[in-house]
Amino acid sequence: MSEPPISRGFRGRGGGNRNARVPPGQHLVEDFPVLSAGPTPPVDLANWRFGLDDGETPLAEWTWAQFQALPQTDLTVDIHCVTTWSKLDTVWRGVSIDTLLEAAGLSEPPAPFVLVHCDGGYTTNMPAEDLLDGKAMVAWEYDGEPLDPEHGGPARLLVPHLYFWKSAKWVQRLQFVDPQVPGFWEENGYHIYGDPWREQRYDGD
Amino acid sequence: MTVTDASLTAPKKAWMVATVREVIDETPRVRTLVLDVPDWPGHRAGQHVDVRLTAEDGYQAQRSYSIASAPGGRLMLTVEMLPDGEVSSYLAGEARVGDTFELRGPIGGYFVWSEDLEGPIYLVAGGSGIVPLMAMLRHRDSLGAAVKASQPAVLLYSSRTAADIIYRAELDTLAGPGVTIVHTLTREKPAGWTGLTRRIDSAMLAETGFTPDLNPRIFICGPTPLVESAAGSLRDLGHAAKLIKTERFGPTGK
Repeated sequence: MSEPPISRGFRGRGGGNRNARVPPGQHLVEDFPVLSAGPTPPVDLANWRFGLDDGETPLAEWTWAQFQALPQTDLTVDIHCVTTWSKLDTVWRGVSIDTLLEAAGLSEPPAPFVLVHCDGGYTTNMPAEDLLDGKAMVAWEYDGEPLDPEHGGPARLLVPHLYFWKSAKWVQRLQFVDPQVPGFWEENGYHIYGDPWREQRYDGD
Repeated sequence: MTVTDASLTAPKKAWMVATVREVIDETPRVRTLVLDVPDWPGHRAGQHVDVRLTAEDGYQAQRSYSIASAPGGRLMLTVEMLPDGEVSSYLAGEARVGDTFELRGPIGGYFVWSEDLEGPIYLVAGGSGIVPLMAMLRHRDSLGAAVKASQPAVLLYSSRTAADIIYRAELDTLAGPGVTIVHTLTREKPAGWTGLTRRIDSAMLAETGFTPDLNPRIFICGPTPLVESAAGSLRDLGHAAKLIKTERFGPTGK
């Protein structure tokens, strides 16, 4: 449709949300809303594992202590949820995917796509290159505190340049695959890639 | 599981014009808008839409709202006015019959109930979290006797006060054989109130819900603390996590 209808009497909040850092269709929030499809899994650091797989072949796995011993990265980024909220300057600490690949002895991803697996069965997908060059991490600290379970603690994937459902909570494994395999929301009508700046919310956007 | 051509070439969900046909005051802060959407493709119970408002100067704001109506009927949205809610204050306050805005959808293929999901239905709602669950109850009510007999439903619905109960009269009429409606109030105990008067807790879930061996389909919608607590309690009571579907909304207070 070329000309959207004017909603009589709607003025909106005005300029505050027309920030150049806010993608189209998004609005700023100060709080940190929680969205999950099912129960929050209980935290169990003693049995926590994070691994990388090439297809069905395990490449590397870390315990919580081993993961904590890896070089840590701090990242301050804007995040954008497909439900239309954005939050600026969120502060995270974790281990970059670059560091994890290096620690696994890999100079590059073994396959061009990634299927992310989480506690509770949640999955999501993205091209492997979207996780490289400092663009993504496995985050375990938010705003200087251990990540709350309802926000994905002990650790979640952080891929801030894609809609936030890609930043999977309670992450356990990155599986490198070819061809691409759609994850949970991607199988349920959401966009296969999910770039907020191109407003790729739903399949077909 | 691999990407099919169909999913890569799916048509973009187009923005459609919705015209307000009727406004129903549900509570002091909640209204239902009955909409006329000529191109509406139909939906399933539990799905939502994105709403986009456009101001005269071209400014736009967009939010997601659950669909309240059963599949097949006229599209209805029930919206709670949130403090400082840019879009909700318009939909639940300003909008009048004849006003127009855009929406697209339906969206969401997960928090959905249809009659082909076998087993009893256990619905847990807090506040305006009742909306997608009401679509499920309305849909179930429209089905045949065989479905109703084999798929009994229980709704546990937490409201702050009796005046905050959304759809109260209709819920009374839906209750009956196969449908149990349990209200709990968290901020008052009015004279003559026979329902519960505390926050949803594990004992309440165990008493009102189906036992785990019956494999009930569980849908929980409401503010984050209620959803977190109820989903965790139900898992601890022995319900399989994969049968517990949740939808959260609203500010977290953090």
